[in-house]
Amino acid sequence: MPKINSPAELEKLRKGIVSKRDPKKPCIAVCTGTGCLALGADKVVVAIKEEIKKHGLEDKVDIKETGCPGFCERGTVVVIYPEEICYLKVQPEDAGEIVSQAILAKKVIDRLLYVDPTTNEKAVRESEIPFYKNQMRLLIGNNIKLDPKSIDDYLALGGYSALAKALSQMTPEQVLAEVTKSNLRGRGGGGFPTGRKWAECRNAPGEARYVIVNADEGDPGAFMDRALLEGNPHSVLEGLIIGAYAIGSHEGYIYVRQEYPLAIENVTIAIKKAEEYGFLGENILGSGFDFTIKVHRGAGAFVSGESSALMTAIEGRVGEPRPKYIHTAVKGVRDRPSCLNNVETWANVPLIISKGADWFTGIGTGGSKGTKIFSLVGKVNNTGLVEVPMGITLRDVIYKVGGGIPGGKKFKAVQTGGPSGGCIPEEKLDMKVDFDELAKAGSMMGSGGMIVMDEDICMVDVARYFLNFLSDESCGKCVPCREGIRQMLKVLTNISKGKGREGDIELLEELAEITRDASLCALGRTAANPVMSTIHYFRDEYEAHIKEKKCPAYVCKELISYYIDPDKCQACMICLRQCPAGAIAGDKNQIHVIDQEKCTKCGTCFEVCPLRFGAVKRISGEPVPPPIPEEARVIARKSKENE
Amino acid sequence: MTTEEISRIDKIIDKYEGEEGILIQLLLDIQQELNWIPKEVAERISQRLNIPQSQIYRVASFYTAMSLTPRGRHLVSVCMGTACHIRGSPRLLDRITDILKIQPGETSPDRSFTLNTVNCLGCCALGPVMVVDGKYHGKIAPTEAEEVLKNYD
Ligand SMILES: Cc1cc2nc3c(=O)[nH]c(=O)nc-3n(C[C@H](O)[C@H](O)[C@H](O)COP(=O)(O)O)c2cc1C
Ligand code: SF4
Ligand code: SF4
Ligand code: FES
Ligand code: FES
Repeated sequence: MPKINSPAELEKLRKGIVSKRDPKKPCIAVCTGTGCLALGADKVVVAIKEEIKKHGLEDKVDIKETGCPGFCERGTVVVIYPEEICYLKVQPEDAGEIVSQAILAKKVIDRLLYVDPTTNEKAVRESEIPFYKNQMRLLIGNNIKLDPKSIDDYLALGGYSALAKALSQMTPEQVLAEVTKSNLRGRGGGGFPTGRKWAECRNAPGEARYVIVNADEGDPGAFMDRALLEGNPHSVLEGLIIGAYAIGSHEGYIYVRQEYPLAIENVTIAIKKAEEYGFLGENILGSGFDFTIKVHRGAGAFVSGESSALMTAIEGRVGEPRPKYIHTAVKGVRDRPSCLNNVETWANVPLIISKGADWFTGIGTGGSKGTKIFSLVGKVNNTGLVEVPMGITLRDVIYKVGGGIPGGKKFKAVQTGGPSGGCIPEEKLDMKVDFDELAKAGSMMGSGGMIVMDEDICMVDVARYFLNFLSDESCGKCVPCREGIRQMLKVLTNISKGKGREGDIELLEELAEITRDASLCALGRTAANPVMSTIHYFRDEYEAHIKEKKCPAYVCKELISYYIDPDKCQACMICLRQCPAGAIAGDKNQIHVIDQEKCTKCGTCFEVCPLRFGAVKRISGEPVPPPIPEEARVIARKSKENE
Repeated sequence: MTTEEISRIDKIIDKYEGEEGILIQLLLDIQQELNWIPKEVAERISQRLNIPQSQIYRVASFYTAMSLTPRGRHLVSVCMGTACHIRGSPRLLDRITDILKIQPGETSPDRSFTLNTVNCLGCCALGPVMVVDGKYHGKIAPTEAEEVLKNYD
């Protein structure tokens, strides 16, 4: 592949690629993102390829292995083009039907379509599925259309035209001005204005400066950065190159966590391809601008995603935060100006340059523009990645896109902002989702985790979970963070074990304040958010734990017991066989009884007891009834009596 | 270490010679190659790249992806991320510690399994998730864990 030396050559190449592609030619797109691979997407691809071969269709049908379109839960996701018919939960065994029915006979395979859990209606096209229909997929929408390992696929969809525009028609100052005007705010957590950070880095003294992609994605429960980098790596590269041009940087880094091997693989291939084509290297597209990118793997530490810590890690040292009296944009990697932005922030840049800041500011709210990708997970019907315009209500995200709460359960709260965020209760569901509104509600946008919780989730346990996470991940450098978190965790653990005391809530509030005010980095400064927001909205639940020794959601093990109702037990022996602790006594015609001493409260018996019996009960906040005496345990069955 | 092992390690070190800030990348490669970072390797790196051993140990002990003790033949990672937690990963982990008879961070005496917990694997929609030797298993109920682990010895 000879290098492309000008925007004109790029357009020629693009035309060549597009003209060789017949838009009417059937194409089977199979998602091979990490989620679908976990569900066996690789076997689906093999099976489809075999079927294609069997029918001798190798030249007549394309197969594309794509990135994640966000609906991982229903994987493997397969989309048939040009009709855009979307099949879900595809198994290797379905390959024959897909080729003979969907491709050859042009028939829709009903059983693989999306079925609405509430209305039972089927949706044929991707755009008709409620999960997708209510989204605005500017960043993630192309994932199912392209093979992330193919730069030609990206070019066919107009890729690198924003770069060509920036390099040939705009000065670096104009690019910077456009991004500033777009009001783009960082998608990695804080929502810092991107244009302002770029300007600060550009204007900082010194020769060399760096631009960096933060793909550490430490928020446990969020995976939008993985999907973007893995599924459309060139869009992130293109944004980074444009940013480098605006800032005057010639060296870039992509910092990816090693837990994302496929993202590392795909972005490494993308960099190689971009170098071959001349989008990276010297004299990019004949503009005289030089830029190279290196990939740096993170090694599994949440705190290393913080800007100063990440930069220390890029230097090869332990990734701990350092005081930022001077912004990293001015003094970062090797004390040189370094501009760090999140994956999603960078991916927005080509769109802003192509379509203009005015287009971008047309989407969203007063203070938050554009779209945001959320990782909608937990107790919700449609889980996955959802890209929505800023300003959509939480209710629309959870009910219209997410399809509501499964199993007829009641919504309780939604947790946003990851370990630095908070829980938002039902009465706030109509609030608009943007940076400022979420902060006002005591939570955060964070990187976009949105964890839906139903009545079975205990808020004290959630707070304890996050503090436990943070106490493991605090680097321990500052005392208020290390000790504050540890003390709060201790109090919460006591509460969840029934050892809570009057005054514990106030103690938590006090500890929260100190930790917030005296910690060095945002990990410590925001660590109390999960505690404070749950106390604020769910104080009664804390009080039930403390005063009544009761866990209303039946989660905190020390506060619950399992008990078999003798009037309902049918002596079916199902629970007895499955109990891993051997804690259940019983026999064929003997009412079963749990030995409370032996029971480890694993909950298996509660789950396996047939619904029509419903004999296993959970008890909290009151004593377990004494076991019925041996002699009363015999069940006299009617049928037996008649014999 | 055997001479064959030394040359394998040297080859990895060669890749990074003369570059700045490579220690973490180098140790990740070695972890992948040997499954742990033996003392002799730390010495070798220190010698060849002129990095103090204390720095090598500090990095290797800070990051969860690196191990200073030998790992078992099979690495079982259970996701304890928020999404998986909400969907019952604590109970899955309980079950797995029961089956393997080791706690997270431990290796079984016969070196067959190492169990660890991770914060998120990016498959949150499939929670709870566990990974065995790089293979992802999604939507695993505690009662199914044994079935999965039976295939490894
Ligand atoms: C403890 C901690 C962890 C962080 N982890 C990440 C991360 O995984 N990914 C990310 O993009 N930003 C993370 N951040 C935020 C970064 O420090 C930084 O603000 C961000 O990458 C800047 O990019 P943006 O302006 O595009 O958001 C973290 C911050 C803290 C305090
Ligand atoms: S606030 Fe916590 S994580 Fe941040 S530097 Fe201090 S101790 Fe480390
Ligand atoms: S909760 Fe678990 S340990 Fe206790 S009786 Fe039921 S199955 Fe057995
Ligand atoms: S990995 Fe296939 S839909 Fe997410
Ligand atoms: S929380 Fe378990 S995979 Fe993300």
